[in-house]
Amino acid sequence: MKVKAQAVQERKPAAEVPKTGADLFVEALQAAGVDTIFGYPGGAVLPIYDALYRAEPRFQHILTRHEQGAIHAAEGYARVSGKPGVVIATSGPGATNLITGIADAMMDSLPLVVFTGQVGRSVIGTDAFQESDVMGITTPITKHNYQVQKQEDMPRIIKEAFYIATTGRPGPVVIDIPKDISGEVYQTAAAEEPIHLPGYQPTMKPNNNQIKKLIHAISTAKRPILLTGAGILHAKASEEVQAFAKRFQLPVASTLLGLGAFPASEPQFLGMAGMHGTYAANRGLYECDLLINVGARFDDRLTGNLEHFAPQATIAHIDIDPAEIGKIIPTSIPVVADAKAALKQLLTVEAELPDTESWRNHLQDYKEEYPLWYNNPAQDLIPQWVMKAVHKATEGNAIITTDVGQHQMWTAQYYGFDRPNRWVTSGGLGTMGFGFPAAIGAQLASPDSRVISVVGDGGFQMTMQELSVLQERKLPVKVLIVNNQSLGMVRQWQEFFYQERYSESLLDIQPDFVKLADSYDIKGVRLETQEQLVAELPSLLQSDEPVVIDCRVLRQENVFPMIAPGKGLHEMIGVSR
Amino acid sequence: MKRIITATVQNRSGVLNRITGLMQKRQFNIDSISVGKTEVEQISRMTFVVEVEDMQKLEQLTKQLHKQIDVLKVADITDHAIVARELALVKVVCPPASRNELQSIIAPFRASAVDISKDSMIVQVTGDSDKIEAFLELVRPYGIKELTRTGVTAFLRGHQPQAADGNTYSLITN
Repeated sequence: MKVKAQAVQERKPAAEVPKTGADLFVEALQAAGVDTIFGYPGGAVLPIYDALYRAEPRFQHILTRHEQGAIHAAEGYARVSGKPGVVIATSGPGATNLITGIADAMMDSLPLVVFTGQVGRSVIGTDAFQESDVMGITTPITKHNYQVQKQEDMPRIIKEAFYIATTGRPGPVVIDIPKDISGEVYQTAAAEEPIHLPGYQPTMKPNNNQIKKLIHAISTAKRPILLTGAGILHAKASEEVQAFAKRFQLPVASTLLGLGAFPASEPQFLGMAGMHGTYAANRGLYECDLLINVGARFDDRLTGNLEHFAPQATIAHIDIDPAEIGKIIPTSIPVVADAKAALKQLLTVEAELPDTESWRNHLQDYKEEYPLWYNNPAQDLIPQWVMKAVHKATEGNAIITTDVGQHQMWTAQYYGFDRPNRWVTSGGLGTMGFGFPAAIGAQLASPDSRVISVVGDGGFQMTMQELSVLQERKLPVKVLIVNNQSLGMVRQWQEFFYQERYSESLLDIQPDFVKLADSYDIKGVRLETQEQLVAELPSLLQSDEPVVIDCRVLRQENVFPMIAPGKGLHEMIGVSR
Repeated sequence: MKRIITATVQNRSGVLNRITGLMQKRQFNIDSISVGKTEVEQISRMTFVVEVEDMQKLEQLTKQLHKQIDVLKVADITDHAIVARELALVKVVCPPASRNELQSIIAPFRASAVDISKDSMIVQVTGDSDKIEAFLELVRPYGIKELTRTGVTAFLRGHQPQAADGNTYSLITN
C-alpha cells in the first residue's frame, strides 16, 4: 500500500485555554522572528506542542521521523539561510537523539536554538521516566545551555539564546524546559529585559595595529597565499574576500567548509587544500612565505603533519574566535575580528602591492601540470564523472548537501562551487546521515533553489526515513546516492593501510532504493551506465518532484590525490596517473 | 609548570560544570579548584592551580575559559605579586602523651588544634602551599589519619611592583 500525501491537518478551533508557560515560549519564538521549526513531540513537550497547535500565526513545523533528522535539517536550514535553526524534542531519548546534530553544529559553527523537554522540576534527579541530564550531556557540545528554572525567566533566556547562537562565532544553544514550567498556568508578567551578558562581547572590529602589521607583511611578501574558511561565509564576506584577493593578487586555497566563499572558476583559485585537496593548493600552503587564514581553524585534515605545514611562512590569522588563533599553529599576526569588518579594513588601508607574478605563475604551472585526475572506464559509472555531470546539469548553481566520506570529497573536488552558501556538508564532526535531512532544511530555507543531496549508500541508510518529509511537504529535493555498495572511505583506508582487510565495510545487502522511494510514492531511478547518466540525469535534476537516484558506481574507485595520515602537505600520493 | 589562574564568573547553575568539563575535554590537568562568592552578589570567583606543558597551552586555556558565556574575567596571576592561601585540616594520631610535643610543632606554623579526642588531634593550618607541605612533613611521623585541603585561593596584592622594581615574584614556582 502506498502512503498517500496528506494535506496539512485541519485544526480544531481552540477553546478558551488559560495561558501557560508554553504560550510564553511561543511568544518568545515569535518575537525572535522564528517561522520554521524542526521537531518531534513527546510527553515532556506536550504543553509546548499544544501551544504550537493554538499559535497564531502558525509556525511551519516540520515533523521529521527521527529527532536526528530534525536537527540535521535545522543545520541545513541555518547553513543556507544564515538564520538560526530551531529544534524541539522531548526529554530523555528525544534529547539524546539530538546529540550528534548538536555536536556537529558546534564543530561547524552553525547557529541553532534547540529546545528539549525535561521532566517536571519536582522529579528532576530521581531517574524519572524519560529523564536524562540534558545539561550535563550537552555542556561540552554547546556554545551555551540553559535550564529554565522559573517561568518568568523563559522570555529572557530565549532572547539570550538566539543572541548567543547567532552572534560572534555562531553555535548551538540548548534550552531545557521542565514540563511543569511549560505546562503550568502562567501567573506573573515577565518584565521586558534587555539582553545583559557582560561575559559575552564578541570582538567585531579589528585592531588597527594588527591590520597595519598584516598589510606590511603582504606588501613585503614574495609568496603570499590566502586560505578561505567558513568564517567568511558566516560573516557574509564573500564579496570582500574576492576584492581582497584581487587587490593584492593573492592565490587562494580553500578549506572544505569554505568552498564557495571564493569562486572555484576564478583563475586565482587553486582548489581545496588538505588531505584530498589539489596538488596546487597544498604546494601553495607548503611553499608560501605568508599565509593569510581568514576564518579557518587549521583542522588536522587541512594541515596534515604540523611539522611540515607552511614551514617557511609568517602566519596571519583573522578569526572572530580568539581561542582559535594560536590553538594549532603559532601565529605572528593575530586579528580578532569579524571577517567582513577585517577585510573591509584591509581593502581601504593604503598599501604597496606585492609583486607576486612569478609565484602565481609557479602555482599556475602546478595547477596545469597536476590537475585532479581519474581513470575513464569504458562503460561503468565513476563517481567523479557523476559529480561533473551534476555540475553541468545545474550549471554550478545548485545547493549541494553531503554526508562524510568519499562522495563528500568527490563533490568538494568536482562540483566547483562559485557562490557562497550553496555547500552544506558535515566537516568537523564528519557525520554520516547528515546530508539528506540537511537537504530538507536547505530546501525549506531556499524554496526556489535546486537542492541535491549527494549521499553515500551507507550514510543514506542512517537517515533515509526522512523520505516521508519530502513527500509530505512536496519538497523537490533530489537524493543522489553515490552507491558503491561499501563504506567507501573506510574501504579505501583498509585497502591502503590495512592490507585490503575489508573489515565490515562492504555493504552487500542493501535495500532496493528505487522500490524504497516507490514505497514513499517518490520517483526512484537507477543509473548504471555512462549513457544512462548522460541521457537521464539532466531531466531528473530539473524535475519539480523529489527523486531518488541510485547511481551504481565502480566499487573500488578511490579518492585521489591523498595525504596519508601523519604525512605533510608535500607528501601527497596519487597526484597523477 | 604550575600556574594559578583566577576567573570571576556569573553565579549560575552549571557554570562550574562547564568549566571543569572544558578542562577535561581539552586535557588540562587541574591540581586544585576553589570557588566562592565575592563582594558582588551573583558573582563568584574561582581559583585554579593547573599543570600545563607550555605557554601556548596556557594561552589556550585562558582563552577557552574566557570564551564561556558566564565567565567575566580570566587572569593568570602566577607571575604577579599575589597572596595565595589554602587551608588544610589534618587528623593526626595523638595519644595524650604526645599532645605537648605536637603543640610545639603547631605553634611556629601558627596552626591551631581545633579538635582533640583521646587518641587524635585535628589541626587546622593555613598558608601557602609550601608551608602546608612543610607542616605535613613534620607531623607525618606521628601518623596522619585523615587529611583534607581546600585548594589555593589567591588575590593580587594591592601594590604590583613595576618591571623596574625587579623580578616579579610568585609563591608557586616552576
